[in-house]
Amino acid sequence: MDFSLSQEHQMVQKMVRDFAQKEIAPVIKEHDRKQEPIPWAIKRMGELGILGICFPVRYGGQGMDYISLGLACEELEAVDTTLRVVMSVHTGLCGMTLLQWGTEEQKQKFLVPIARGEKIGAGAFTEPGMGSDVAAMQTTARREGDVYILNGEKMWISLASKADYALVTVKTDPQAARPSQALTSFIVDLHSPGVKTGDLHGKLGVRAGSTGWISFTDVRVPVENRIGEEGEGFKITMSAFDNGRYTVGAGATGLIRASLEASIRYAQERKTFGKPIAEYQLIQQKIARMAQNYEIARLLYLQVGWMKNQGLRSTLQTSYSKKFATEASFEAAHDAIQIHGAYGFSDEYDVERYLRNARGAIIYEGSSEIQTIIQAGYALGQRSDRPLRCELPAYDPDTWQE
Amino acid sequence: MKIIVFVKQVPDSAAKVTAENGQAAWGEAPMVINPWDEYAVEAALQQKEAHGGTVTAISIGSENAKEALKHALAMGADDAILVSDPALKNLDTQAIARLLAAIVQKVGGVDMAFFGRQAIDGDSGLTPTQTARILGWPALTLAASIKVEGSTVTVERSFEEGRQIVSANLPAVFSLVKDFGEPRYPSFMGIRKASRAEIPTWTLADLGIAAPTPVVSWPTLINPPSREVKCEFITGASAQEIAEKLADKLIAEKVL
Repeated sequence: MDFSLSQEHQMVQKMVRDFAQKEIAPVIKEHDRKQEPIPWAIKRMGELGILGICFPVRYGGQGMDYISLGLACEELEAVDTTLRVVMSVHTGLCGMTLLQWGTEEQKQKFLVPIARGEKIGAGAFTEPGMGSDVAAMQTTARREGDVYILNGEKMWISLASKADYALVTVKTDPQAARPSQALTSFIVDLHSPGVKTGDLHGKLGVRAGSTGWISFTDVRVPVENRIGEEGEGFKITMSAFDNGRYTVGAGATGLIRASLEASIRYAQERKTFGKPIAEYQLIQQKIARMAQNYEIARLLYLQVGWMKNQGLRSTLQTSYSKKFATEASFEAAHDAIQIHGAYGFSDEYDVERYLRNARGAIIYEGSSEIQTIIQAGYALGQRSDRPLRCELPAYDPDTWQE
Repeated sequence: MKIIVFVKQVPDSAAKVTAENGQAAWGEAPMVINPWDEYAVEAALQQKEAHGGTVTAISIGSENAKEALKHALAMGADDAILVSDPALKNLDTQAIARLLAAIVQKVGGVDMAFFGRQAIDGDSGLTPTQTARILGWPALTLAASIKVEGSTVTVERSFEEGRQIVSANLPAVFSLVKDFGEPRYPSFMGIRKASRAEIPTWTLADLGIAAPTPVVSWPTLINPPSREVKCEFITGASAQEIAEKLADKLIAEKVL
């Protein structure tokens, strides 16, 4: 068993860290205050290859492995959550699902421009009336010859107003014996007639991120844009979540690290009663908890990255990673504010932004409650992984770089 | 165009360097490519992109200096060479320059040799000019822009007092400053290439020279004297009163 990162991984880590620290860190506070995305950030991530980091070169990607994706997410969210969210929806939910379930033709047509960052992808599953209960979705598609007609609305969709394509899961068979068999997934061109998008404002956190809604009114989607077979939408959506949640867990690990580093810095500088507060045990307790949780969260997501590299299903391990890291990141940011005292309550320091950003991830991409149910299901033997028609391909360093 | 760029592995700029038993120590701080050398790599790559040719990154040091070379490879250098020999100890800048000049001669046919303006550990900034002197080449230091036309190079030098345009014939030695523009990040393709690269090591025997003799030695290394820092809060009823008190203090302390 080897717990060390390869030289390649370390160089990826440094490259993404340098980008986030040099280009994003100096401006993020201003954009967060204004609740406006950094207009050039996604394009820049595309130019640098970060958006296509884990896709084979033949599909427009950079040919790196899934661990590199996790490391990139940790580095991005250590600066701000908005950048990791881009990776979650563009790379995780949309691109990796195309890699797993798309036909060769679909990969060439949709994954290549997504991996190159020429087109932006999103994942659209949540609706105004449903979130984690995927089988309860109301958006529909009915087939008419060579097209499907989509109607309905998706809500809380990251990059809704920025994306060119969205992986959308809708109901195609209201009469299905089981609700999960009623769903089908499509890759939808968001510039199609009948598609409208808009942004949502007033979020607690991720304020420099784009979150919005997408409505479909008689949108004609060619049958060749259907991902998988009719009725496979539930499985495809769950696969998408396995990939998206991996990026969320890895990113939240970066948020724990950011809180920890800010706390160490402040605790060593700030003096009370004649000595740095880092010398007080109640401060040390908080810092030790952050350090320990960072290590646990890091090991959990790296385990998932390793499993993905091996071609192993990791739904349970992804759930552990996502739930633990997101909850620990909120706790870390909360403790970081306490260590910073009144300054932590002000946006003069970054830790209040960390707290606001951490909160959402405990809800989205499968709330902590859903993760608990998943974990209990595996533990009690009520749930197990059955083979899928299309599995996420294992990482192959030779063929991925051809 | 045959281009070489010299890079050095140094303690991270955030490291706290101290003297311990007469030796420089930086604890467990990571080693990184000298930040100034990243500008030199960027300049070398731009010249290659403009005029074709190859960029070879070269470093002197122990095995861990390969990290700096791999960074240069990941940025886009074509190949790299480590120069390492147990006889190379306690070299001063003059001895390093002799070694570098021998490397340039061994590579052969070099048109441009790039350096960062200085290394952040030794901070002397002498090596580029000393190397140029030994080679008998023009030393075009503190370069903020470089333009090659035929065998002539025009360099805009940037320093505190202003700017200066100089020109010379190639081959030449260049040292780079920040004004040249931000160095590129390593690309993922470059990272893959770098992580798999087999970097050859040249010894003094390969260069056909004996270890150069230093003329300056470091008999002692001493930490700066520790300073007592006091913090005083200046209070007052209004901003103006506080400012006036502060100005009085600064005048009394002869700061102003």
